[in-house]
Amino acid sequence: MVYTGYMDRQTAGCREIEHTADWELHVWAPDLATLLEQAARGMYELSHTHLADGPRVERIFDLPFTDRESLLVDFLSELLFYAEDENLAFDEYRLDFDGSSLKVQISGSLIDYQAKEIKAVTYHRMAVRETERGLDVNIVFDV
Amino acid sequence: MVAIADLKKINDFEWEIPKSFRGDMRVPVRVFVSEGLLKEAMRDKSLEQAVNAATLPGLVGHVLVMPDMHQGYGFPIGGVAATRYPGGTISPGAIGYDIGCGVRLLGSQISLDEALPYLDDLATALDRNCPSGVGKSGQLRLSEKELNRLCVEGSRWALGKGYATQADVRRTEEGGQLKGADPSKVSERAKKRGRPQVGTLGAGNHFIEVDLIVEIYDPRAAQVMGLEVGNLALQIHCGSRGFGHQICSDYVRTFQGAVKRYDIELPDRELVCAPMDSPEGEAYLGAMRCAANYAFVNRQVLAHWAREAFDKVLGRRVRNANLHQIYDIAHNMGKIETHEIEGRRMKVCVHRKGATRAFGPGYEGLPDEYQEIGQPVLVPGSMGTASWVLVGTEESMKRSFGSTCHGAGRTMSRSKAKKTIWGEDLRKELEGEGIHIRAGSMAGLAEEAPAAYKDVDAVVDTVSGAGIAKKVARLRPLVVVKG
Repeated sequence: MVYTGYMDRQTAGCREIEHTADWELHVWAPDLATLLEQAARGMYELSHTHLADGPRVERIFDLPFTDRESLLVDFLSELLFYAEDENLAFDEYRLDFDGSSLKVQISGSLIDYQAKEIKAVTYHRMAVRETERGLDVNIVFDV
Repeated sequence: MVAIADLKKINDFEWEIPKSFRGDMRVPVRVFVSEGLLKEAMRDKSLEQAVNAATLPGLVGHVLVMPDMHQGYGFPIGGVAATRYPGGTISPGAIGYDIGCGVRLLGSQISLDEALPYLDDLATALDRNCPSGVGKSGQLRLSEKELNRLCVEGSRWALGKGYATQADVRRTEEGGQLKGADPSKVSERAKKRGRPQVGTLGAGNHFIEVDLIVEIYDPRAAQVMGLEVGNLALQIHCGSRGFGHQICSDYVRTFQGAVKRYDIELPDRELVCAPMDSPEGEAYLGAMRCAANYAFVNRQVLAHWAREAFDKVLGRRVRNANLHQIYDIAHNMGKIETHEIEGRRMKVCVHRKGATRAFGPGYEGLPDEYQEIGQPVLVPGSMGTASWVLVGTEESMKRSFGSTCHGAGRTMSRSKAKKTIWGEDLRKELEGEGIHIRAGSMAGLAEEAPAAYKDVDAVVDTVSGAGIAKKVARLRPLVVVKG
């Protein structure tokens, strides 16, 4: 799995932040679609999710846009649901945002191994901020 | 930021953050903590989160924080808040994603001497019988109709299916059945997640533990519960699995719109709430109660599998391999209760997140045998340290909405724990102390290391010193099964 964490100078990436009880991820990217993708990759990394070699599967869905934070929570929650319901995780992302909704086309495969459980993606202190390099956000996961 | 200087010391075990600390606080924050544990708590954002919680509309009395507090998401772990009912608000984030998460304790007449040669076999049998791990499904596959029945009937559903005894049900909080559960308020997605997971432990800090009773502090209460020094006991810690997680996620999302509709301003979006008598509030109450009942059943079915494991390993080797239920109590729940607040009897919704109900002697709803001693409170430690059995008191009714602590409480971040502790080394260390470990993931084991938790004895000394619980028995672990 490609993972760009711990590389603060990159244009997009993520790194884990200290949190007493749960997991917190700092994510940055030049645009919203890349921010979502980086957040997904970081979430899989935190839970030690490894994909199995095997047939590729694709899922396509739309998410409504109310605000950037809700879109982030909805997108990651959708991935958590696929992991639990179909044992699927994804490593290729095509995210097209038209201002009112996000069209998601993702591909991946069955999960070979997942060490840790994420219960939920929270809104705790979540705020997508505009920065010199694009956007950044901190996400707290309940584990 | 909250500093120690912002807190007013009430006595050795109680501190207060006054309402004047921040302009948006509706009530003060009362912290049950010793000076030592307070210094430890200042290292994270628990108290800042308690101040944020004190802005919820409809609060009465104080927001309370227990000595096992630690930073959560929105509402602190170890937090208790009561809102007026009706007329106040309900906040899903102040109950948590693992709705109904709690602890069940079963006692036995099995002595350590009898069981010692078979503890490793017992660990293996419990691990095999009780499904655990990330997203794990169980042996049961419920139809939607059956799941709906389970949501409404709670432990009575398990009784009807042969997974429970009458005594189990009687010795469960609320008889294992919160009234008012409404499956029509639960999403299809939550039901899909919940159908295959009844009777599963999950992962994270959930566990099944065989303990040894090492010390009795209240002989009368211990006798009533059937706890004797030198005998084994079994603890089960888990909750409502993906079913509850999805219900909370669904309603935290829905309430993002509700706060705008009801013109509620909050300092953190995870604290979103809705008036309890609004369509959104009523729907969440109905769905949350389904998850609470699911959690009671989940622990009941796991207790059934655990009894089978005990019987298989010890049935022909000890005089009596039976496990009798002592109590089952949740520590993530919203309940409508009546309390005396500022001299008036009031109906309130008590939000407990990482805090245990601790009703004193004589309170309605306790089983007959516990009327005299008060409600058992189960306080698990970390997997290498003690766990405690306490009882609720008159003081807990007067000063903490009948609530007390729920565990040791984390003090070290998960990232630091996994950087500094190797799971395999920890497993060897615990096994060297005679604790038999079965864990699905060594990384997960490292995050749950005893060093990542506060001293549970200091937490219990605090609630006992404050009078909001009374010590009954101390337990130490012999077998730990984790997902």
